[in-house]
Amino acid sequence: MGYQWNFAPVFEHADALLYGAVGTLRIFAICLVLGLSFGLVVGLMRYSRRRLLNWPATAFVEFFRNTPVLVQILWFYFALPMLVPFEISPLMAAALGISLNSAAFSAEIFRGGIQSIEPGQWEASRALGMTGLQAMRRIILPQAIRRMLPALTNRAIEIFKMSTLASAVAYVELLQQGKLIASLNFNPIEVYTVIALAFFLFLYPLVRATYALERQMARSDSGGD
Amino acid sequence: MTQPLLNITGLHKSFGTQQVLRNIDLAVQPGERIAILGASGSGKSTFLRCLNFMETPSAGSIELGGRMLGSEGRNGARVYAEKELTQLRQRVGMVFQQFNLFPHMTAIGNVMEGLRTVKGVAPAAARERAMAELSRVGLADHAEQYPARLSGGQKQRVAIARALAMDPELLLFDEPTSALDPELVGEVLGVIRSLAEEGRTMLLVTHELGFAYHVATRVLFIADGEIHEAGTPDEVVKHPQRERTRAFLARHREFSL
Amino acid sequence: MYRWDFAPVLANADLLLQGLVNTLAVTGTALAFGIPLGLALALARLSGRRLLAWPAGFVIEFFRTTPPLVQLFWFFFALPVLIRVEMTPFMASALTFSIQSSAFFAEVFRGGIVSVERGQWEASRALGMTPSQSMRRIILPQAVKRMIPAFMERAIELMKTTTLVAIVSYADLLYQANEIAQKTFRPLEVFTVVAGIYFVVILMISLLARRLERRLAVSGESTVH
Repeated sequence: MGYQWNFAPVFEHADALLYGAVGTLRIFAICLVLGLSFGLVVGLMRYSRRRLLNWPATAFVEFFRNTPVLVQILWFYFALPMLVPFEISPLMAAALGISLNSAAFSAEIFRGGIQSIEPGQWEASRALGMTGLQAMRRIILPQAIRRMLPALTNRAIEIFKMSTLASAVAYVELLQQGKLIASLNFNPIEVYTVIALAFFLFLYPLVRATYALERQMARSDSGGD
Repeated sequence: MTQPLLNITGLHKSFGTQQVLRNIDLAVQPGERIAILGASGSGKSTFLRCLNFMETPSAGSIELGGRMLGSEGRNGARVYAEKELTQLRQRVGMVFQQFNLFPHMTAIGNVMEGLRTVKGVAPAAARERAMAELSRVGLADHAEQYPARLSGGQKQRVAIARALAMDPELLLFDEPTSALDPELVGEVLGVIRSLAEEGRTMLLVTHELGFAYHVATRVLFIADGEIHEAGTPDEVVKHPQRERTRAFLARHREFSL
Repeated sequence: MYRWDFAPVLANADLLLQGLVNTLAVTGTALAFGIPLGLALALARLSGRRLLAWPAGFVIEFFRTTPPLVQLFWFFFALPVLIRVEMTPFMASALTFSIQSSAFFAEVFRGGIVSVERGQWEASRALGMTPSQSMRRIILPQAVKRMIPAFMERAIELMKTTTLVAIVSYADLLYQANEIAQKTFRPLEVFTVVAGIYFVVILMISLLARRLERRLAVSGESTVH
């Protein structure tokens, strides 16, 4: 009781935290791009009726959705180096784990979004003489993306939160830097409170944006045609 | 004249800036059957829903059995305690347009629910009573069915049995046949007619002109949130005095009388 | 070419089993506290009373928006200093994941409750039920049934997230894997086996959940159409 809060030592290390924040943003950006683009590919493969495409995609999605991402990261960090002839850096291991995990989840978002487009849209574009690929690119995906937007934003927020797991393999990001500062200054309360708040303040506007998008979708879906 | 069962004075209701009901006065004597007519959007359903406080009146007062409900609040509107409202609702039964049966309970479960949860009646007694009400509406052999397996007409009859089981002094029917396929309307109206013959007090919002004419003791025509014309069925339905009532009846008569 | 050798893993099967038991223990504890707490948060948020709704809303949004690892660090490193109690890894983990999962369960409950038609409220109120009677007898039974898929998904997410407890040295399955890997110098085999164990356990729960959903869908007499 009566703990004396003192945030000064935390802010004295603001540069270290900033350095960590850059690390967080870097791995977030990498995983967002890799996760979503690979997710789109896997989602299209899942949607395909060809077994050779469909099967591996399904296995990939099921495996990565049903195993914890931290296990995946540690596997890439500790286990994969046994199989490949080069070093695996903390960033590589964490980025691989988070990206593949996110790809599996976003693949399901993409597949669901594509499936939600009425068959009439396919028929109309095919009737114009478009190929399947053209129809997908010009007609189906633009409509599907709009519907998937809330779920994809949500995924992005999850990726951001997952980036903290990279600290488990000592990748330098915000939480990792916080650990360091806390152990040097013996002030875990202030450090972890600041970090928690930093994440909240950064992510909450995005969360609100997702809610707004969801509401807008719900309205345009009920009001439309 | 005996003391009215229900006495409504100066009832107002607005949603935001929109006035839905203005200055409604009505005294309901025991045994009266009042049909409420009006175009959609006229406020007739809102009026009915104010009487068991599904909607809270914005101003005015309601007396039930000689007792004034609620207490004086700030700026004229009365305030109502939750407990008072639950007690009121035990005495006033309501039948909804969309039935609103509880889908996770069987027909008899629906009828027993108020007895068990609200009145605390023992299971065996509640079941017996519920069975009697289901028999009265002709559904004794459907007692163990879930609502999803019943037709619209059967659902509405279960809903009526559910309201009756509470021994209400007053029954409110909010367009009880409007959600039904035409061929199912008759069975529900038949049940309501039999309740009328028992001398029950009821208020009925309906579009069934013929039914209102034959069953009601009094008819109200509501327009723009006010009682526009009132009187015996003969006066209002057969010989309306005011232009709007006439126009409304002309639009509906060809279908129903 | 790498020569796989699973013998060292099998020799430590008892440790892995103990780890799995601990994983289930922390998951089970978090569920046992998280579900009732989630219901309470949802009811508070829906109560319409600002004094209840606002704090509940904050707890829900905060714990859904910040990374669980940051929360875990806070409860493990910061809280004991603040309130001067010994915090075992298990206590910190159970506390973190009870609250964290309750925030998610609260939203599942809320979604289920608001999905029940207004007429159900009206019919129960018209019979003279109090708000709490309506909630208990009429609304929740219908809401819970609709919530089951979201609910199972959340429980699975929770189980995956509990791997974070390994970072604060709670001896869950992942922690044991790390120990065995360091002891035997066989990270590839150990982490592969552990990923496999998680996959099988979680897949079994998913399949069970899907069966349950289908069973409920077939017994249509109590579903709304």
